[in-house]
Amino acid sequence: MPMLIAYISGVLLVAGALFSLTATIGVLRFPDVYTRLHAAAKAGPVGAGFVLVAVALAIFSPPVALRALVGLVFLVLTAPVAAHLVARAAYLAEVPPDTLTKVNDLENEKLTRG
Amino acid sequence: MTPLLFLTGCEDLALGLVGVSVILALIRLLRGPGLADRIVALDLLTVLAISLIGVLALRAGQPLLLDIAVALCLVGFVSTIALARLLLRRNIRDNSSRVTAPEAETGK
Repeated sequence: MPMLIAYISGVLLVAGALFSLTATIGVLRFPDVYTRLHAAAKAGPVGAGFVLVAVALAIFSPPVALRALVGLVFLVLTAPVAAHLVARAAYLAEVPPDTLTKVNDLENEKLTRG
Repeated sequence: MTPLLFLTGCEDLALGLVGVSVILALIRLLRGPGLADRIVALDLLTVLAISLIGVLALRAGQPLLLDIAVALCLVGFVSTIALARLLLRRNIRDNSSRVTAPEAETGK
């Protein structure tokens, strides 16, 4: 393994772990479901994606890189969809937003359950 | 410091950070006031598990562990969807039972 790649991969690993920790602190500290989803659905996949890229770089062989890439693509494709579904279900199930929430763009919309 | 030593140190650090994240997410999973908060915590836990498996694949020198990460990603997506549907369905049943509850009582 070339020398520079080990350094890059190590930095990416720690960055990914820090993003994961940030996401978790957000989920732990934010006041309601909707804000928690922001932390979980954005920072979480970024952290896992960084870790997967770091693995692909560090092991440095085409089959492993392909697997890491497939994992990354699945993660990036599925995380926003899952977060959207959870937010929609929470809104339709009338989970109350935090009292700090000021704007509700869906106030006058008729949403159908389905 | 040799590059490999640096990488090993980074792996250990990342392992520790993600481990702390898993514990914090478990706290939210146990405390989370509603079902929706628990679903969010579970979704985050699967993503954290993917990170953990990625770091472990490097640490143990087992690239095959990445296959597990890919599979876990898909299973986590499906489980989150199922839980979101559960959240919807449970709410519908709660509301309808609230409506039909007086009828049931008069029927007695």
